[in-house]
Amino acid sequence: MSDPADTPTPVPTGRRAAWSDMAAPWILGIGLLIAWEASCKIFAIKTFVLPAPTDIVASLWKWHAVILLHAGQTLYTTVIGFVFAVVGGLILGVAVGYSRLLYKAFYPILIGFNSVPKVAIVPVLVIWFGIGTIPAVITAFLLSFFPIVVNVAAGLATVEPEMEDVLRSLGASRRDMFFKVGLPRSMPYFFASLKIAITLALVGSVISETIASNSGIGYLMLNASSRFDVPLVFAGLVVVAMMGVAIYALFAAVENRFTGWATRGQAIRFDAGGG
Amino acid sequence: MALMDSPPADEMAPHAFVGVEDVDLVYGRDGDGVHALSGASFSVKKGGFAAVVGPSGCGKSSLMKLATGLIRPTRGRINLDGQEVTGPVSVAGMAFQNPTLLPWRSTLKNIMLPLEIVEPHKSRLRSNKAEYLERAEALLASVGLAGFGARSPWELSGGMQQRASLCRALIHEPALLMLDEPFGALDAFTREELWSVLQALWMERRFTVILVTHDLREAVYLADTIHVMSARPGRIVASRDVPFAYPRTLEDTFKPEFVDLVHDLRDHISRERQT
Repeated sequence: MSDPADTPTPVPTGRRAAWSDMAAPWILGIGLLIAWEASCKIFAIKTFVLPAPTDIVASLWKWHAVILLHAGQTLYTTVIGFVFAVVGGLILGVAVGYSRLLYKAFYPILIGFNSVPKVAIVPVLVIWFGIGTIPAVITAFLLSFFPIVVNVAAGLATVEPEMEDVLRSLGASRRDMFFKVGLPRSMPYFFASLKIAITLALVGSVISETIASNSGIGYLMLNASSRFDVPLVFAGLVVVAMMGVAIYALFAAVENRFTGWATRGQAIRFDAGGG
Repeated sequence: MALMDSPPADEMAPHAFVGVEDVDLVYGRDGDGVHALSGASFSVKKGGFAAVVGPSGCGKSSLMKLATGLIRPTRGRINLDGQEVTGPVSVAGMAFQNPTLLPWRSTLKNIMLPLEIVEPHKSRLRSNKAEYLERAEALLASVGLAGFGARSPWELSGGMQQRASLCRALIHEPALLMLDEPFGALDAFTREELWSVLQALWMERRFTVILVTHDLREAVYLADTIHVMSARPGRIVASRDVPFAYPRTLEDTFKPEFVDLVHDLRDHISRERQT
């Protein structure tokens, strides 16, 4: 390299690293399962205390038709709540990120609202809407709405001042600034928030189902627990976890497809979620 | 060597392209605000290359924003091409130390951004796409970036990004180019290379340039007039004509008269720093 400052950044290859990256989570996961199974057998732990993985798989198989039905209901309420959250979150996020006044007006309320444990809202929803699908959809919406708003607003609010100067000195209108810079710039934040939001929507649905429903995975688990069918409770957990990972992976792929430019091929990314 | 100290106000010739007349600038509220400029006056003739140098924090960058109408002076008057500047002007191109390229656009698309904003290009762009693409490619080639148009900005090195940033500032053929320490973050070799790139562009197109820099060699190499600013609140304490013929070469920077001028400027600035 004759002129280090003027050579393009090479794209890292590292095929071997990619292979071990792929294998690592599987090895760890399978290792943990074997340890779990072995512990249950060696210490003769009772099934209703901690079922072994094989018991859980057996239960999954035995009840698969019922589980599928309830999983479908959970997925349904999750997705509906999530869709509302995306639409609402995008609109409010853009408004809050775009206008200082709206930001000042909305932010304290949003923070206060987000601090309320959503479980505490479910009984109120039951009073208004009865039990079943609607409280689950609303809980999913409430949980997943906030990260979308915050992320979209953050993307819009953190445009570099120099970039604004460049555009303003060209005579750009606020509309130009929004469509040429603000909106595309906030898209990585938006897509990153979708991964978190969809997982939170699932959490919301399951919470609501455990409190006020007669269908869905949450209900199935509560029901199984009251009959001391602990393997089925765990089977429900496994299904929720699998659904969570699947939808997370789906939206991670969507994010990568649309805003791959923002991560520039970095292998490690950290995201936080919770509920 | 033509030496003259602060030109009197009546020397502000009517043919001046940029005229800064007795400008005060106070940031923040009256009384306890930051007094950035106090009685700053200078002018740049059409097609001239002016450099503004001074101790750090002397309000050099404020001058840029004033001249392009991004901020209004607290007192005094800014003229551009015979008209008082009252709002963002669209005849200017700007480049900063930070290249501020948009990562979701290719380099070529980044360079063409001003064409999507500035009239008459904005309305002509769609129907004359080929012509404009050709112009952008030619400009890229003239700064040594031929064939890099399809790359993403983050695939380019710092020097290449700064070249692209220069192209973006020039694509709409602005009458005025404002440069705020554009080469400040580059290594010495790349910086010197870009001096000659900028000089070639200027000699070919003869736009008016205001270059804000703290690199005195850069100022003497590029500019035909150098204005020295005082410490804050900034005003012009000395102006120097640079008598060397264009095109200047790196060899010239080692000649005694070049070095003398740099030393003379340095003396002025160190005196300002002490007060």
